[in-house]
Amino acid sequence: MDFVSFLIQVLNSLQYGLLLFLVASGLTLVFGIMGIINLAHGSFYMVGAYLAFALTSLTGNLMLAIALGLPLAFVFGAILEWALFSHLYKRDHLEQVLLTYGLILIFEELRSLAVGDDVHGVTIPELFSASIPLSDNLSYPLYRLVISVVCLALAGGLYWLIQKTRLGMMIRAGSHDRDMVKALGIDINLLYRTVFALGVALAALAGMLAAPISSVYPGMGSSVLIISFVIVVIGGVGSVWGALVAALVIGFADTFGKVLLPDLAGLMVYLVMAVVLLWRPEGIFKKA
Amino acid sequence: MNSRTSTIFKLAVMAGVLAFPAFGSDFYAEMVAKVLILAIFAMSLDLLVGFTGLVSFGHAAYFGIAAYAVALMTPKYDPANLWLALPASILAAAAAAFVIGLFVLRTKGIYFIMVTLAFAQMAYYVFHDTPLGGGSDGIYLNFKPDATIAGWVPFDLNEPHHLYYFVVAAMLAVYGLLKLVLRSPFGRVLVGIRSNEHRMLSLGYATFRYKLAAFTLAGGLAGFAGFLYAVLFGFVTPEYLSWHKSGDVLLMVILGGMGNLAGAIAGAAALVGLQEIFTGMTKHWQLLMGLTIVAAVLFMPGGMAATPARIMARINGGKTNE
Repeated sequence: MDFVSFLIQVLNSLQYGLLLFLVASGLTLVFGIMGIINLAHGSFYMVGAYLAFALTSLTGNLMLAIALGLPLAFVFGAILEWALFSHLYKRDHLEQVLLTYGLILIFEELRSLAVGDDVHGVTIPELFSASIPLSDNLSYPLYRLVISVVCLALAGGLYWLIQKTRLGMMIRAGSHDRDMVKALGIDINLLYRTVFALGVALAALAGMLAAPISSVYPGMGSSVLIISFVIVVIGGVGSVWGALVAALVIGFADTFGKVLLPDLAGLMVYLVMAVVLLWRPEGIFKKA
Repeated sequence: MNSRTSTIFKLAVMAGVLAFPAFGSDFYAEMVAKVLILAIFAMSLDLLVGFTGLVSFGHAAYFGIAAYAVALMTPKYDPANLWLALPASILAAAAAAFVIGLFVLRTKGIYFIMVTLAFAQMAYYVFHDTPLGGGSDGIYLNFKPDATIAGWVPFDLNEPHHLYYFVVAAMLAVYGLLKLVLRSPFGRVLVGIRSNEHRMLSLGYATFRYKLAAFTLAGGLAGFAGFLYAVLFGFVTPEYLSWHKSGDVLLMVILGGMGNLAGAIAGAAALVGLQEIFTGMTKHWQLLMGLTIVAAVLFMPGGMAATPARIMARINGGKTNE
């Protein structure tokens, strides 16, 4: 592999890893703070992608679609938490797995009823449709770079939100001791609803950003879901920082696995997970 | 339900199952056979989830490995020998469970759920991405295994009725075996591990070995189910190992009520029955399935096995004895 194609693969790995981080960060927050295993999290990614498709056909511009779709996803998450997930906090993991498994089926079929089972494309906004030439015959699409930059900015924003703001303080406290937070007069239900809706919005955003690259297709949620779980577990449940590191590890493992060992590409991610967990059974950044 | 009515109920169901081919059509006989096979699968998982407290989300791996084992052992133009292929398939699944168990049993809780899933996904991709078992298309089992012993033919699995009763016998054998295991000191230790592993450790039990033995046994029995499933339907695809399959079997166990072998059987029957009813109603049957699952979790804690008691308690106005 010469340097330019190596560089392209590195950029692809970063872009894929960072996109996965958006999905995994919400999952790990909901996991770590509310103790909920949410199998339906991949569906939010799928919902985001289909929102991007529907709103882009409506408005004619992906960026406008994202601006409209993001608040919609947030509200959707808040309603879902209120209607269903708020009843799950005291149940055991098994029942959570089951209920959210049922939700996957519901979301997939509602999608099928609403939009059908065809594969759809979403056009890249004209502003970012160019490619950056890297050598005589190789170039890198600008849109992929934009995705990486947006995801990095969001990762920074999330860090700031959790470490430096009052809301972040409550989130961190809530993950340690729910009852104490309540006793301090903080509305824990509202806090949970906000965190859950934030997670839904992040996953939906990942789906919206990915829509032009991956196209929009049935079942796109489940592949992302399983990979995101792998990331959450490798990174350590509840650790956003761990999720970022793990997402990049997985991004590189998957991309380079596909290039170097095409026969075993699907296996790579899970091999990495098995090795990491043998080394640290509770993830790289285990929470105290 | 008290124990006598429960026994009578079980015997009545059993009589219905045994007599079924006499009055039911072949189509429905195949469906009952499918239920019985999935009941074996669900009971094997219940040994882990319900009795040992190990929530495995990758149990389909062992089901699928045995199914592939029998498909790969069957020559292209001849049947395989049942008395070799059956134990070999079960052993393959049990061996996979033993090796994977060595790794996954080091983890606990959420991590255990996810790591079992990860290993099952690995197995899935081995069959999905490599030409070993026909890749993503799967592989046909052209001939059902041959039961001939030294020239004597006790039964012929190509006969639908013979196959049906073979499956019934298998289900009863697994039910009996698990009952015996659970009654044995070994089974008591497993239940002890579920309630308090630390206490079992401090009592001097090497709990890891017990869990590994349970994991291996459950894998082998799931393999038995996978073997029968492949023989019944005559083909094997990577979907047999997919996480949807692991989810379905977990669903059967929970629907039926964990830690209750008869419940696992009922769960398998309920899931197959619901699928049958819903697919008859609409193309979008999974929507109804999903709504049913959500409703079951919200309104039926404890599964079907606990529901009669809950209803009785509601009628009597007393408290449930859960």
